[in-house]
Amino acid sequence: MKVYLTRRYLFMSSHRLHNPSLTDTANREVYGKCNNPHGHGHNYFLEVTVSGSPAVETGMVCDLGALDTAVKSEILERFDHQNLNELPEFDRIVPTTENLAIRVQEILSRVPLPTHLEGIRVEETANNSFEYAGALEPRH
Amino acid sequence: MIYLTRKAEFSAAHYYHNPDWSPEENQRVFGKCANLNGHGHNYTLEVTVAGEVDAVTGFVIDLKLLKDILNREVLDDFDHRHLNKEVPEFATQIPTTENLAVAIWQRLESKLHPARLHRVRLYELPDLFVDYYGE
Repeated sequence: MKVYLTRRYLFMSSHRLHNPSLTDTANREVYGKCNNPHGHGHNYFLEVTVSGSPAVETGMVCDLGALDTAVKSEILERFDHQNLNELPEFDRIVPTTENLAIRVQEILSRVPLPTHLEGIRVEETANNSFEYAGALEPRH
Repeated sequence: MIYLTRKAEFSAAHYYHNPDWSPEENQRVFGKCANLNGHGHNYTLEVTVAGEVDAVTGFVIDLKLLKDILNREVLDDFDHRHLNKEVPEFATQIPTTENLAVAIWQRLESKLHPARLHRVRLYELPDLFVDYYGE
């Protein structure tokens, strides 16, 4: 039996979309107002989906507290109230939410979690969200 | 193939308790959910069915029929009830959101003809939900 559990988290970060290999004009054309040199920010909602068979003794897929601890220490403490452009995760890539989603999935896939990681979803705004599941297709 | 999702809400009480364990072990594993006086949630249920669009009606499934099935099979038994004490599935298993989603799947799976049950998504809170696909 396979049950998917999704937990939702919030972090707040600033960023600027700018590719140094493009001209300033090209950057403005590609990224528009997201290229503002002073940056801007978002409330990012992160959904982390894990899966497993509910244990007979507990009825639970995993220990939620352990999942929260891992996500807080590995993701929220890394990104919350930070300028993404200044972080080593984005020293060579543009901190779009696509790249942010990939980084979050990569980080979580490397650390011990209480059960299997299925994939993640990041909402940049209520209208824009991005899903990534590594080598797998995201579920719908 | 087209997918149709119907949303419904129910409010219920529950507690988490494994009778094979000591009170201390129940407290350690389940924390505040182990309080035997119970607590409750407003659950949001999303039931997704899949199927082909009927050439005559344009429906995957008659929405009124789907609503009636959800009411009869799930909400009438779960809404404003104590899950541990009043829903038979949870006489022997712990009414976690995981087990609730599986129980709802089992109640609905054979009732949705000509559509097919695709997913049961159950929110315990806006920031916590489970999905079950019958796998």
